[in-house]
Amino acid sequence: MHLPPFASLVEAHAAELHRFLARLVGPADAEDCLQETFMSALRAYPRLRHGDHLRAWLYTIAQRKATDALRRRGRQPTRDLGGVEPATSGEPPAVDDGLWRAVRALPAKQRTAVLHRFALDLAYAEIGERMGISEEAARQNVRAGMRRLRKEVSVHDR
Amino acid sequence: MTDELERRLRAGDAAAFELERFSRALSQRAADAGLLDVAYGSLDSPLGRLTVMVTPRGLVRLSYPGEGVNDQLDEVATRISPRILRAPQRTDAVRRQLDDYFSGRRRTFDVPIDWRLVRGFAGAVLQATARIPFGSVSTYRDVASEAGSANAYRAAGNALGSNPVPIVVPCHRVLHAGGGLGGYTGGLDRKRYLLRLEGALVD
Repeated sequence: MHLPPFASLVEAHAAELHRFLARLVGPADAEDCLQETFMSALRAYPRLRHGDHLRAWLYTIAQRKATDALRRRGRQPTRDLGGVEPATSGEPPAVDDGLWRAVRALPAKQRTAVLHRFALDLAYAEIGERMGISEEAARQNVRAGMRRLRKEVSVHDR
Repeated sequence: MTDELERRLRAGDAAAFELERFSRALSQRAADAGLLDVAYGSLDSPLGRLTVMVTPRGLVRLSYPGEGVNDQLDEVATRISPRILRAPQRTDAVRRQLDDYFSGRRRTFDVPIDWRLVRGFAGAVLQATARIPFGSVSTYRDVASEAGSANAYRAAGNALGSNPVPIVVPCHRVLHAGGGLGGYTGGLDRKRYLLRLEGALVD
């Protein structure tokens, strides 16, 4: 059994995971989520049975950390913040904030599929593999997610 | 089919990311949580860029360029733990002593050594080697004998050749009985350099 030095995972995947997380939870929380992701991975790492699919494994953990962060944020009371949404407080206003809020509101599978397709520019087969679903299911999740986004964003933007 | 929505999704929201700063914070957190088993950093020396690996027990590996840092990290991952992170700040004590040694301000190293990469007779040979003082030299036969088996000088040679912590465990101070330099992991030029630095070789 051989696992590569953990440092090589950080070097190879931290930047792309950060991009992925920034799209899921927003730029302000992305780095925290990434720290949490790598800490969880590091804790479990020596117990892995093999060193295959490490990148997919990291994405799974990142997705879980993002979901936790969004759930935590959803529980935060908003009234103390004078109507400002916790998600965007303290951040410089993002250009496409409406869009990204809509992305974050998508059902988990659609959100992951859409982000893998466009933000990470992956082929459907690869998205399916990474999400543990078929290529066709990946395509359907992207399609459903995009349909929903088009509706949401056109409502917000006009 | 590329439309406006897809373009915006591809553009993403800008979020700056600095790998170096991030890994520094991560390694600090990992160390605080007791999850950093091996930390490494590098040091520019007159003999090239050295890589220093430390564990909570001490210095476990010191390598020359050309020895293949990735192979070394792989070996340490397999033999000690894959929980390895770049964390130069944790190698500071060793790097400072090496700096002092190369600039002539230090003659002995007093960093603890983690011997886990060394087994059996090789361990005895390297411990005997560690006792050879700055500026003097010994022979393969003498360190073998110190390690408990005078006839095992070939095995002693092998042990020195795979010394995981050169310079700090001064295998460069071991020569052939006839006066020949013998071998050296980092190449004979480096062995000569170190012996000259210590005043043990004059030419």
